[in-house]
Amino acid sequence: MTTVPVPVLEARGASLRFGERVLWDDLDLTLRPGEFLTVLGSNGSGKSSLLKAVLGLQPLTSGTIALQGRPIAHGDRHVGYVPQQRLFSPGTPIRGRDLVALGVDGHRPGVRLAGRRATRDRVDAALAAVGGESFAKRPVGQLSGGEQQRVRIAQALVSDPALLLCDEPLISLDLHNQRQIVQLIDERRRLHGTPVVFVTHDVNPVLEMTDRVLYLAAGSYRIGLPDEILRSDVLTELYGTPVEVARVGGRVVVLGAPTPHNADHPHHVEVVA
Amino acid sequence: MNDIDWSTVVNFDDYGLLLQLVQYSLLAAAVLGIAGGIVGVFVMQRDMAFAVHGISELSFAGAAGALLLGTSVVTGSLVGSLVAAVAIGLLGHRAGDRNSIIGVLMPFGLGLGILFLALYPGRASSKFSLLTGQIISVDGPQLGSLVAICAIAIGVLLLIWRPLLFDSLDPDVAAARGVRGRLLSVVFMLALGLVVSVAVQIVGALLVLALLVTPAAAALRVSASPVVVPLLAAGFGVLAAVGGILLALGGSLPVSPYITSISFLTYFVCRAIGLARTRGQSRQRTTSAQSVVEPGEPTPVVEPGERQRA
Repeated sequence: MTTVPVPVLEARGASLRFGERVLWDDLDLTLRPGEFLTVLGSNGSGKSSLLKAVLGLQPLTSGTIALQGRPIAHGDRHVGYVPQQRLFSPGTPIRGRDLVALGVDGHRPGVRLAGRRATRDRVDAALAAVGGESFAKRPVGQLSGGEQQRVRIAQALVSDPALLLCDEPLISLDLHNQRQIVQLIDERRRLHGTPVVFVTHDVNPVLEMTDRVLYLAAGSYRIGLPDEILRSDVLTELYGTPVEVARVGGRVVVLGAPTPHNADHPHHVEVVA
Repeated sequence: MNDIDWSTVVNFDDYGLLLQLVQYSLLAAAVLGIAGGIVGVFVMQRDMAFAVHGISELSFAGAAGALLLGTSVVTGSLVGSLVAAVAIGLLGHRAGDRNSIIGVLMPFGLGLGILFLALYPGRASSKFSLLTGQIISVDGPQLGSLVAICAIAIGVLLLIWRPLLFDSLDPDVAAARGVRGRLLSVVFMLALGLVVSVAVQIVGALLVLALLVTPAAAALRVSASPVVVPLLAAGFGVLAAVGGILLALGGSLPVSPYITSISFLTYFVCRAIGLARTRGQSRQRTTSAQSVVEPGEPTPVVEPGERQRA
């Protein structure tokens, strides 16, 4: 390799501990333009906390995380963020397009006076990109789960982010909508080289576009190509207990992975329908 | 026994003369109506109606304390209001914490206020007016400061408008985009405290919600636009506050019941309009959904149940 692209995101020796509990320790990670990083791990393994740490909303116990060479203190307008899918309640007093507009300039003080037209054009373009023109004028709480999530994607992309963070954006979506959302995210990184950090409990919907997998478990982590990480021997070593990775009908299924909190919810024992 | 002399209850003689006497009260009411309507939109978005009630009880305690000490009632209610607002803002960042803190503060404030009033040797009518309001009893220079307080609150809200809206409706993404939610919350509470302290003196501590929640709640029934809702809410607030005084002038009844009734009526009408509209829309949507079923599209089996699952 002759030229090494500038890392968009770089973590050096990043650790996060809550008291005695170690979520991840000494995490080194370099994300290059256009890369799709899928973050896997049991519930409570610190997947969402990793995104919060990148955003500077969760202080690290030690180490650094930097975006384009500088650390983030309290969120950043150069980062697109799709939060854990929580539906807006039906009475939420805002329309879909207003939510997208807040992605343009919601961080700026005052009332939107100047640049209304420019904002509207950007919002229209972002909504068109996710196919959301038809429903964007309705109150966001009245939209279906898939529609709400498309509004979320438009909101995250409207600011032309340098990095896209997605926290379980597919939860509670049916397969059809899952595929659409994943396609929108994939399109963004292919067309604009925006790297994606995609937190999910199920790798299958994004397996195709995943460049690397970061697997968090038992206070440790493994990072590498999907085929290097999603293997019985690698995950058994990581978890410290026998774990089996099976490929059933084109799907990757992780069997027997323990969760740190609750053994009654083995989220990684997936039943293939 | 029950002989009400209706000529004193409703009497529009000498109306023009009275109107001149209360022109400053009308101005104060109009400004409060605007401030209350606008702040109410955020109160609704942040689900803080209960906090408004809590602040108003401590504002009442402050005003009653000032009455007892012989100092300015405006200052007293302002101090009580701001102390409560900051306490709720700092201690109750999460909704659950907030409600319990308000639940603790509210009876304490009300009790304190009643204690001060019991000790106060002055006229009983001014005691009562702090709870149920009587703008006509507020004098000229005081009215000036009430208008100024409302103007400051409106100014602060305009200054933090967009990030506050973002933080109120979509706090996770707002934080990710660099909005300082904690700071905004405290600034918003201060602005809310300012408006409440004025409202306590005009409609009384017990009826503050009629100007700080009802107009915004009514506006939200008919629109979800971030421009239309605050404008409508401010309009409804002015309608209730000014309309209430204008009606009260023509008789012997206090201002508050007029204000609360107008306020309630706007909400009732807006609710009816909103209901009629959603009915019309859902009828339209079912018919259009039936007509565009594309062959080959997988049926979104999960969608109707999604909301229940979340």
